[in-house]
Amino acid sequence: MGSMKEIFNSLLLKELLKGMSVTGKYFFARKITVQYPEEKTPQSSRFRGLHALRRYPNGEERCIACKLCEAICPAMAITIEAEPRDDGSRRTTRYDIDLTKCIFCGFCEEACPVDAVVETRVFEYHGEKRGDLYYTKQMLLANGDRYEDQIAQDRQLDAPYR
Amino acid sequence: MDALMIFGQGIFGGIWPAVWTLIKIVLIVAPLMLGVAYLTLAERKVIGFMQVRIGPNRVGPWGLIQPIADGLKLLLKEIIVPSKSSKGIFLIAPMLAIAPALAAWAVIPFTDTLVLANIDASLLYIMAITSIGVYGVILSGWASNSKYAFLGAMRSAAQMVSYEIAMGFSLICVLMVSNSLNLIDIVNAQDQGRFASWGLSFLSWNWIPLFPMFIVYLISGTAELNRAPFDVAEGESEIVAGFHIEYSGMAFALFFLAEYANMILVAALTSIMFMGGWLSPVGFLPDGILWLFAKMSFVLFLFLWFRATFPRYRYDQLMRLGWKVFVPICLVWLVVVGVWMMSPLTIWK
Repeated sequence: MGSMKEIFNSLLLKELLKGMSVTGKYFFARKITVQYPEEKTPQSSRFRGLHALRRYPNGEERCIACKLCEAICPAMAITIEAEPRDDGSRRTTRYDIDLTKCIFCGFCEEACPVDAVVETRVFEYHGEKRGDLYYTKQMLLANGDRYEDQIAQDRQLDAPYR
Repeated sequence: MDALMIFGQGIFGGIWPAVWTLIKIVLIVAPLMLGVAYLTLAERKVIGFMQVRIGPNRVGPWGLIQPIADGLKLLLKEIIVPSKSSKGIFLIAPMLAIAPALAAWAVIPFTDTLVLANIDASLLYIMAITSIGVYGVILSGWASNSKYAFLGAMRSAAQMVSYEIAMGFSLICVLMVSNSLNLIDIVNAQDQGRFASWGLSFLSWNWIPLFPMFIVYLISGTAELNRAPFDVAEGESEIVAGFHIEYSGMAFALFFLAEYANMILVAALTSIMFMGGWLSPVGFLPDGILWLFAKMSFVLFLFLWFRATFPRYRYDQLMRLGWKVFVPICLVWLVVVGVWMMSPLTIWK
């Protein structure tokens, strides 16, 4: 009896019609496409985008060249060289992030004891040559200066969970 | 019209009939190519809508210039001929695919007078010409010297041969009830009967008394076209792109055009055989070519709907459906229709 029913159902294309009714319903559904340059999806305050190096409010760079970020970076995208500065403090002479290697895991941010290296919400950047995505210390500090307001705000939002 | 004939005769003299036929061919093929272009857009839009996307909308309003952009891109691209292919056959194959797709249009009646060649065996002609289309696929697969192309061609050949049989049987039922191989007569035969005399002609079209054959024709038509869910000849996930994997540029575009021209052809045939062609569904509206276009659009929408809905058949399931399901159903219904026609209950006189 069951197999007869099955034969009838398949001859009457029951399941095929069921499938078509589903797609037919979705034909009239409201479309969820986000038309990117004009519309954007909401962003988390923990978004991991372009890197930046921050400064203290007095203009002193935060990075103390502990090299924890370099050590933890799974893609080995960070290169750091350090020397004592004239005033005796330890500072980097070179802090490069190769964004073609970076996997945007955010470990550098996590490892940093002074919140110096951070990832901003910026994702709309590009390079026209491969070298364009090799960010040097100056470029990273410039990023930090430019987006400091947003960065500080995002750290503030995340502070209760750290 | 007569003035045009005399004018043409005056300019071209003896070759005027040939020139006139060429003009008529252009008048059929040019809108067909436009239809193909916009069918590709319609496909992307419909499938997009069914996947809760909006489809192409960047090139022109609602993406209306998109097919032109695609066509230009394909025209400008290089045709790469693999170094180990049989170059002659490789380049002839796409032409062999598109030629039958266009040639079949010669006998398609748009209204009872608007047809390029009103021949008595037009149904037979259609069956013969559409079967030739498989040569383009087989030769392209063979000439490409690539295993994927070869597998795709073999699959497609076996599939088209199998479904041709079911398709032929369903058409036999149509020609039995309409007592003619002429497509115009087939449509006119659908305008007779009790419902037609009541002004409800859509109830006396072939799709109701031959409903199983209508479904079989629609499904084997989809299979003939190598369209989803029967697109094992392309089978992106297993054999990459099947028979046209080595083609690029305009050679690829010809296969593409052939596929879509065939889609429109099968839609036109379904409308003519089962849905009354240019006949209006109700008595108080005039018959006309627009009804044919409306019915074709409906069938084309069904093809797009199928593609958006069904996953691809496994190859053995596809063969099983063709041989073990459709052929028996057709044979049974053939007998049913035969008995019905001979019995006192016949609706065809």
